[in-house]
Amino acid sequence: MKRLVPLIITFVVGTVLILSVFIPPMEGLGENFTLFFDIIAVFAFFLGGGNLVRVHFQKMSRKSDDWEFSIVTLVGFFVMLAAGLFKIGNPGDIASSVTADGSLFQAIYRSVFVPLSSTMYALLAFFVASASYRAFRAKNREATLLLVAAFIILLGSTPFGTMLTSWVPESWSIFQIPNLAVWLMSSPNLAGQRAIIIGIGLGVVSISLRLILGLERTYLGDDNA
Amino acid sequence: MKKTSMVVFATIASLFLLSWIVKGMFSEGSSPYLDGFLVTLAAFLTLAIMSFLYKDNPYYKFAEHLFVGVSAAYAMCLGFWSTIVGNLIPRLSSTVSDFFQVNYIEGDYNIFFVIPIIFGILLLMRLSPKAGWLSRWPLAFIVGTTAGLNFVRYLRSDFINQINSTIIPLLIDWNGFGDFFSNMNFSATGQLVMMFSNLVIFVGVVCGIIYFYFSKEHTGWFGRASKVGIWILMITFGASFGYTVMGRISLLVGRITFLFKDWLEIIS
Amino acid sequence: MLSPLMAITVQDIGITVSLVFILLGLAWLAWRSFSGKEVDRRIIFLFIFFSVAMPVIFKISFKFKATPIVNALYEKIESLPNNSTVLISYDFDPAMAPEVQPMADALSRHCLSRDIKIVYMCLFPTGQGQLEQTFSTVVRNEFPEKQDGIDFVNLGYKAGGEGVLNVIVTDFEKMFPTDVNSVPYSEIPIFDNIKSCKNLDLIISIGGGRPGIKEWVLFVGDPGNIPMAAGVAAVVAPQLYPYYPNQILGLLGGVKGAAEYENRLRDSDPKFADMPTPATTMMGPQTLAHIVVMSFIIIGNILFFRNRKRGEIS
Repeated sequence: MKRLVPLIITFVVGTVLILSVFIPPMEGLGENFTLFFDIIAVFAFFLGGGNLVRVHFQKMSRKSDDWEFSIVTLVGFFVMLAAGLFKIGNPGDIASSVTADGSLFQAIYRSVFVPLSSTMYALLAFFVASASYRAFRAKNREATLLLVAAFIILLGSTPFGTMLTSWVPESWSIFQIPNLAVWLMSSPNLAGQRAIIIGIGLGVVSISLRLILGLERTYLGDDNA
Repeated sequence: MKKTSMVVFATIASLFLLSWIVKGMFSEGSSPYLDGFLVTLAAFLTLAIMSFLYKDNPYYKFAEHLFVGVSAAYAMCLGFWSTIVGNLIPRLSSTVSDFFQVNYIEGDYNIFFVIPIIFGILLLMRLSPKAGWLSRWPLAFIVGTTAGLNFVRYLRSDFINQINSTIIPLLIDWNGFGDFFSNMNFSATGQLVMMFSNLVIFVGVVCGIIYFYFSKEHTGWFGRASKVGIWILMITFGASFGYTVMGRISLLVGRITFLFKDWLEIIS
Repeated sequence: MLSPLMAITVQDIGITVSLVFILLGLAWLAWRSFSGKEVDRRIIFLFIFFSVAMPVIFKISFKFKATPIVNALYEKIESLPNNSTVLISYDFDPAMAPEVQPMADALSRHCLSRDIKIVYMCLFPTGQGQLEQTFSTVVRNEFPEKQDGIDFVNLGYKAGGEGVLNVIVTDFEKMFPTDVNSVPYSEIPIFDNIKSCKNLDLIISIGGGRPGIKEWVLFVGDPGNIPMAAGVAAVVAPQLYPYYPNQILGLLGGVKGAAEYENRLRDSDPKFADMPTPATTMMGPQTLAHIVVMSFIIIGNILFFRNRKRGEIS
């Protein structure tokens, strides 16, 4: 029961979706299955939220390290949830967009979510730059190739790249740094990325087949059924 | 709380309070103090996250924890209004559809839309220690859907079409050797460069794939091709690194622009 | 005598001051490093902050010529007849917004000015929040005469990523029975002749994560043989080159791609002369930050080779 039913579900759903590509009358069934998938995806959001609340309540009740900050998480969570579910301050009625301008939900999004999310990623600029100084070394031939390619791309995307090689005549224009950067992206980079894509593509196809046929079962966990 | 921490807290609180008041006084709009508060709050949170660069501190932790809570609720609300209210309810109940002011969708097979509800509830069982195993059923549905969808699409777009795009002419605008040598130049859009680019693409893809092929030992000509594959991949990673640096700096420019433009209003 | 001095602009002063600051900082860093003294990482962070902040304050910006991959998208939109329908999907979050929001705004501006109809949707929940920004700054602000439902429509977000795409490639209404404001599909004039993505003239995905342009190509572009283009964050741009030009006809990569598109648009028609160009403005600080990063690499490597020569590193 614990293993057989999930294996049957995976097999049936996977097979129907593959067949729906080849057999047009099955297209509608395939669409409905994907629609079910989309609805279940929302329940996954609910699961995420529920888990977050559980973990932080546990932290608070056990007085774990930094438990005070769990209050911040929960207050943020419930305020945002209430603002969104009840459409607080929404200029329209219940049918209008939840993200309408003027709503509390959109105000929190702009003033809390946006600065937090974008600054979190902006921090990486400092770490990348610092790593360039401390760790990016031409230790061998391969590392040198990587470094030179990165250098051409960085230089090619600035006016300094244009300035440095503007003296190169048109008949040798591939050696002008911006042109070299474009060539690097659309030729060796394209080739390398394509080799990776083909490799991953084959991997996805084979793992999909193994999942549908029930040969790959790690997603079911490891307890005995 | 230590005395120093108290002083730091008081200073920060006063500075941002001042910012709120000043922005409220000079803001134009229907609710200047509310706008002032929102911009000041965004600036505080931006600087709170940036303070991590100095060292881990309570302001950063506050911002980090707030982010987790707000982002989880954001996704839940959007999912509820867009997909549950938008796609599920109109197929299940006309009364509830009327409440949410969405049109009921007539259909012979609407009853089957209880399946995602059942699976959704089973997924939530994961929160229960005893009935957690039931969440495997919806998980199996998700895995089956993903596998079924990906199987054909990856095979077509990332395998067949990619190979198709690699089978490209190695001679471009070819009118014989005489014409080739008499017009030879290194222009970025010239014949020689175009032909060389196609050669690099073809050889690069083949050698790159050879490098990823582990069922044969990388020796002899196979090893040499694999070596070329590594070089191509290194250039690829270099290009990716260059673009990553570019991208991360853009995000920093975005935040600094916010601080100087929207908050401090130093620039227009 | 004074005329050459009079020609000096604030931007020139800004570039000079910023470059002098950066050069002095780098010289100090090099001196510290070569004399074997440790440099605190926080000093490096502070240096990076000011290297980016100074050109932001002085509003240094540079013009860029559109590269072929960017130009291809511009030419495609130019070649579309009036009343064509383009779908723009907001598949990004605020973390990518500084790079891709300018693209989304410029593309909306370009399409609306050419009387091309736009269907907006999102595969990221945050896309819907970002979409509001385009509506307030471009659609409602610059094109007040354009009508919701006739010239553009906002379908909003749907959960499921690939699942959403797999449905809309054959049936739009099944996935989007209403728009974001609960207006039924059948009452939206823009959809009079549109049943699925196959009836669209162009699809542009603006994003940088998953689901994004790759999923659009796999689930919609290739199966439906629909013209696709993308504007993406720099981090993923190199990964999309294998799809160009057979599977995606044009690609704007990072803030540079956005700046190239803005410049191409501004140079094409005088009516765009005064349009906001946030990406072009960002290219000034971006350029100087690139110089800092490249200098870091050079200093670090000189140090490395010197130490290796001395035998300190094997």
